[in-house]
Amino acid sequence: MRDRVAKGPLIPYLLWIVFFVIAPIALIIYYSMLDLQGNFTLENYKRFFSPVYLKMAFTSFFYAILITFFTLLISYPTAYFLTKTKHKHLWLMFIIIPSWINLLLKTYAFIGIFGLYGPINAFISVFGIEPKQILFTDFSFLFVSVYIFIPFMIMPIFNSIDKLNPSLVDAARDLGASPFTTFRRVIWPLTIEGVKSGIQVTFIPALSLFMITRLIAGNQVITLGTAIEQQFLVAQNWGMGSTIAVFLVLIMFASMIFTAKRTKGGRV
Amino acid sequence: MKSLINLSIAILLVCAGLYFIAEKLEPSGGKGSKDTITIYNWGDYIDPKLLKKFTKETGIKVIYETFDSNEAMLTKIQQGGTTYDIAVPSEYTIEMMIEKDLLYPIDHSKIPNLKYIDPYYLDLPFDPGNKYSIPYFWGTVGIVFNPNLLSKPLTFESWNDLWDPSLKNKVFLVDSAREVMGMSLNSMGESLNAKDDKLLQKATEKLIKLSPNIKGVIGDEIIPMMENNEAAVAITWSGSAADMMAENEELDYAVPKEGSNLWFDNFVIPKTAKNIEGAHKFINFMLDPENAAQNAEYVGYSTPNKAALKLMDPEIANDERFYPPEEIKNRLEVYENLGLEWLGKYNEYFLEFKMSIK
Repeated sequence: MRDRVAKGPLIPYLLWIVFFVIAPIALIIYYSMLDLQGNFTLENYKRFFSPVYLKMAFTSFFYAILITFFTLLISYPTAYFLTKTKHKHLWLMFIIIPSWINLLLKTYAFIGIFGLYGPINAFISVFGIEPKQILFTDFSFLFVSVYIFIPFMIMPIFNSIDKLNPSLVDAARDLGASPFTTFRRVIWPLTIEGVKSGIQVTFIPALSLFMITRLIAGNQVITLGTAIEQQFLVAQNWGMGSTIAVFLVLIMFASMIFTAKRTKGGRV
Repeated sequence: MKSLINLSIAILLVCAGLYFIAEKLEPSGGKGSKDTITIYNWGDYIDPKLLKKFTKETGIKVIYETFDSNEAMLTKIQQGGTTYDIAVPSEYTIEMMIEKDLLYPIDHSKIPNLKYIDPYYLDLPFDPGNKYSIPYFWGTVGIVFNPNLLSKPLTFESWNDLWDPSLKNKVFLVDSAREVMGMSLNSMGESLNAKDDKLLQKATEKLIKLSPNIKGVIGDEIIPMMENNEAAVAITWSGSAADMMAENEELDYAVPKEGSNLWFDNFVIPKTAKNIEGAHKFINFMLDPENAAQNAEYVGYSTPNKAALKLMDPEIANDERFYPPEEIKNRLEVYENLGLEWLGKYNEYFLEFKMSIK
């Protein structure tokens, strides 16, 4: 009886996982093995390993890493100093609020801001600098993506730094550790879980970004997400689209394992 | 446990309720009776006064709904549950809809005004004998440019002008494989329906040489961006070009002499239609020269109705940019349905080109 009581409430979640997690992935794998005529084949996988797709997978991966790196670089100090402010939750809210605005809306705003006749170029021309091409460059793509992911990275890091017991930091300082050593040996290891969840929520969506690649990068950056969209909507090749998606799922699994919580030996 | 059962029952009840409401709402995609017709068209693609006039003349009420892409329209009609009597897809979608058996044949005896349509636009490969579709508007793919932003006076009489080094980082392309690959094939004097790996490879290599000039490969954003002078040159459809030129008077449009794509948006009667009689009446009404002229002046696209052209403002009707002269018209090609395998290849070559842009 006790067993049934424990399992009963799990049923909705199990159903959810079967229908919305396992079934879709199984379908993607199934479709990835079909060719245009609906025959069973591994041709799509062979094609994925052609130079065009491999190069694309590599660039996707490369940009996702860059985006995650810069997001972390900005978010960690921000989160750290936020926890030191007086009204930290109010400040945190100010940072989170922009993430309530629709992604596309923000992207369109950047098209205007970065334009040849936009405010940034108007500003630099005051100093006699020729208007620069900002939109449709690697810079604009990275800038906008990092901007979009910052709130998602700050949240978990903020929480883990906030939970950090300040007496540990004091103790490290009292025992003669330099500020850098304190950070390296005490603060960073104790907040690494926040950083890991931050990386997960940034890296994985960054891999499959696709609207921004067209709107901000003018398709000069091609990600796996763009290719999937093209395969499904234009080429109507569900097989190839699914194959790319399978690799996306694999990369995601790999990054999850890489950033997973490690149980420390002997101290479970 | 009890509360869980209660919860499950509540969820089931809500689902049943929602299903019931959905069933009730379903026919709102058109009433589907004898005195109304439901039209499914692109946004801002008809003079609304004509809809009122149609109701006044025939007593048939018009329900007007809009879509923004052929794919979206196709999906909605395919899924059923709608009662559209008329839709206006582009030619390649018409071909697909015929293949999928989604269209009713059109009874030409009920459309006497068909005689006003220029035969040049009839009996084309995507719908031989116009069994399923009647031309509504047509257009080309060409080059929009702002002469004031060019450092060298290029005329774009040839596609090869795009490769001019003075255009470094000044060209927008539309994010569509067939348009861009077709442009490259045309520039080499080849057909934009080529099914030849060697040719496509050559076209891709030629495109890769164009990459220093490319500022971006974008979608509909091309319209506001050209209006704001973000770039000097863009490859786009004549319809988008007309929109841009209405906003920015500095812009000009050219269809290069090597040839280009000729596209169509045609009336069709989908299998979802409930008022086939009314649909025929509407198509006939729209083909009436006076109505077609009024509509073409409102929409700004090129009309295939030669009787209507005579009634229109000569400045529009004689505009060679939108009604190209015979010699260029002879070099325009309609997209053939290449089949999914070749469509995939076009896309892959296009992808290869896009990845070379830096």
